[in-house]
Amino acid sequence: MVSVERPSLTDKLVSFDAGSQVVGVHFVRESAAIARGDGEILIAGESEARVKIHKGAILATAGDGKRIFTAGDDGKVIATDIEGERETLVDIGHKWIDNLALGPDGALAWSVGKTAYVRGKKAERSHDAVSTVGGLAFAPKGFRLAIAHYNGATLWFPNTDATPEKLEWKGSHLGAMFSPDGRFLVTTMQEPALHGWRLADSQHMRMSGYPSRVRSMAFTADEKWLATSGAQEVILWPFSTRDGPMGKEPLMLAPGLKNEKVTAIACHPKQAMLAAGYSDGMVLLVRLGDGAEVLARRPDGSPVTALAWRADGGLLAMGTESGKAALLAV
Amino acid sequence: MPDKIPVTVLTGYLGAGKTTLLNRILSEPHGKKYAVIVNEFGEIGIDNELVVGADEEVFEMNNGCICCTVRGDLIRIIDGLLKRKGQFDGILVETTGLADPAPVAQTFFMDENVGAKTALDAVVTVADAKWLKDRLKDAPEAKNQVGFADIILLNKTDLVSADELKDVEGRIRAINPYAKIYRTKRCDVEIKLLLGQGAFDLQRILEIEPAFLEKHEHDHGHDHHHDHSGHHHHHGGLKHYHDEEMQSISLKTEKPLDPDKFLPWVNELSANEGPKILRLKGILSFRDDPQRFVIQGVHMVLDGDHQRDWKEGEKRDSRLVLIGRDLDSKKIEEGFLACAA
Repeated sequence: MVSVERPSLTDKLVSFDAGSQVVGVHFVRESAAIARGDGEILIAGESEARVKIHKGAILATAGDGKRIFTAGDDGKVIATDIEGERETLVDIGHKWIDNLALGPDGALAWSVGKTAYVRGKKAERSHDAVSTVGGLAFAPKGFRLAIAHYNGATLWFPNTDATPEKLEWKGSHLGAMFSPDGRFLVTTMQEPALHGWRLADSQHMRMSGYPSRVRSMAFTADEKWLATSGAQEVILWPFSTRDGPMGKEPLMLAPGLKNEKVTAIACHPKQAMLAAGYSDGMVLLVRLGDGAEVLARRPDGSPVTALAWRADGGLLAMGTESGKAALLAV
Repeated sequence: MPDKIPVTVLTGYLGAGKTTLLNRILSEPHGKKYAVIVNEFGEIGIDNELVVGADEEVFEMNNGCICCTVRGDLIRIIDGLLKRKGQFDGILVETTGLADPAPVAQTFFMDENVGAKTALDAVVTVADAKWLKDRLKDAPEAKNQVGFADIILLNKTDLVSADELKDVEGRIRAINPYAKIYRTKRCDVEIKLLLGQGAFDLQRILEIEPAFLEKHEHDHGHDHHHDHSGHHHHHGGLKHYHDEEMQSISLKTEKPLDPDKFLPWVNELSANEGPKILRLKGILSFRDDPQRFVIQGVHMVLDGDHQRDWKEGEKRDSRLVLIGRDLDSKKIEEGFLACAA
């Protein structure tokens, strides 16, 4: 059980009603752009705006600090800036675009069913995966895209004709993330587990033991730990050594109340600190060194679905399944 | 518990009339809005933003259980639909004619998010009155679809004689005595009889005793039976068949069960016999427990929970029904009865 005496920042929390399920939050310059399940975007903070972007639901979101990118079940990818000005980047009609990733030099990747698309400076290319694409991620260096799918992941250099490299592991892989040093690829799975590959030798890393599916993960500012949702505590896997988390026990911090689980993670961009959102709506700030916790948002019964830090780390934005949102200056 | 979105699964062998039914559900004014997950956009004549194309991707769960398959595309689509919660009243999932309904049904038990926010309302199978008998012989999928059904639309009844109709209904009953059968021509059944059937269905299934069924068959599709009321004494005109491969078992005891015996038994049963069990459903009375315990299973996947308090005067007995292939009914019955407290 968590101590009730935990220090609190809740009196500094600026809460507001987002109006509909929050599916993603990204900072656009100084303000938070909150993507709602019903297709609208709410800009909050320094600027304020509310715009209807997609006809249907927003299925995936991404941000580059200047604009928020959203993909919808209306077959569009749209970039929206702080004034609510939008640019339609992709329009394929009556199909769902359910994954989105941003890469170096303004590269954009998205997927429709089994097909992953990449649009870079030069051209647009596509790659058909063996099954529906579960997740997309650009490598931190070089123009390379990881595509997660059933029974593994594919590493693809869109600008070359080289045969994409296959990383195999049985099961359905749903999300993808490179370690910031580019040495590892990690996927979230349909089972409550993560899978990882050391790219140099395709060595497997199985990170399991979660009570529920991992939906949110992020590397800490020092790049040494991968913090993940899915358990009652924040589970952090060590990635600093040559072998990554292979054969190592994870660190467990900030247990939720009773049986509540961590549902969203955002690591502070500069300091050894992270924000964790829970299935009851609680948000904690957790210091990595000693695990000290500060209450940022009180539980209200609805899961935290999105968390994001402003690039300078001075502001945290959060959103919940029931459509509540909040900003916290730290 | 928050309200779960009801999901109706629509199955049926190729050409039985699924698309006709789907178009009716989408076009007729019945006061409800449905998100519809289809295989082929082209077959649906209606442009509706809540119609979604599926890929029928069957994924094995990585848990060592051979029949624990789920529909990966469904998980993804339902996750997406849940983002626009409140814009529709229910979800309809169409499966291809050759699909096994098990992975679809299992998806609602195996995926935590889908299971937490939606509930399998009913499996509706459209069957072709003229060709079903043949398909039951040569297509295992057709037999699975009948075995799985909560509701069967025996369609195209205008293409067969009264005797043929009785015959095919007998074949269906031999596999699945619990499903509600509606005799239809162009799937002309009231939509509200198919959708939103809910927990009622489980209750209803367990109220039927197969021995009883033979005599009271006219309870089903009663509006078609007036013309041969003279046959009531012998099985309502229904021929009685036994399917050699697929059968149902109905178990009942008035003795309260010991959960410490029953739960391990049913877990072991589904672990060992799971591949042969299409469906398992039960309402159970545990010793010293004021609440009814309901259990549902598909192959090796089991889902059980307390449902509600037993009502005053309600008969507290335990009932369990199974539909499956080559089940050892004697052994299962003995096992069940040995769970008495």
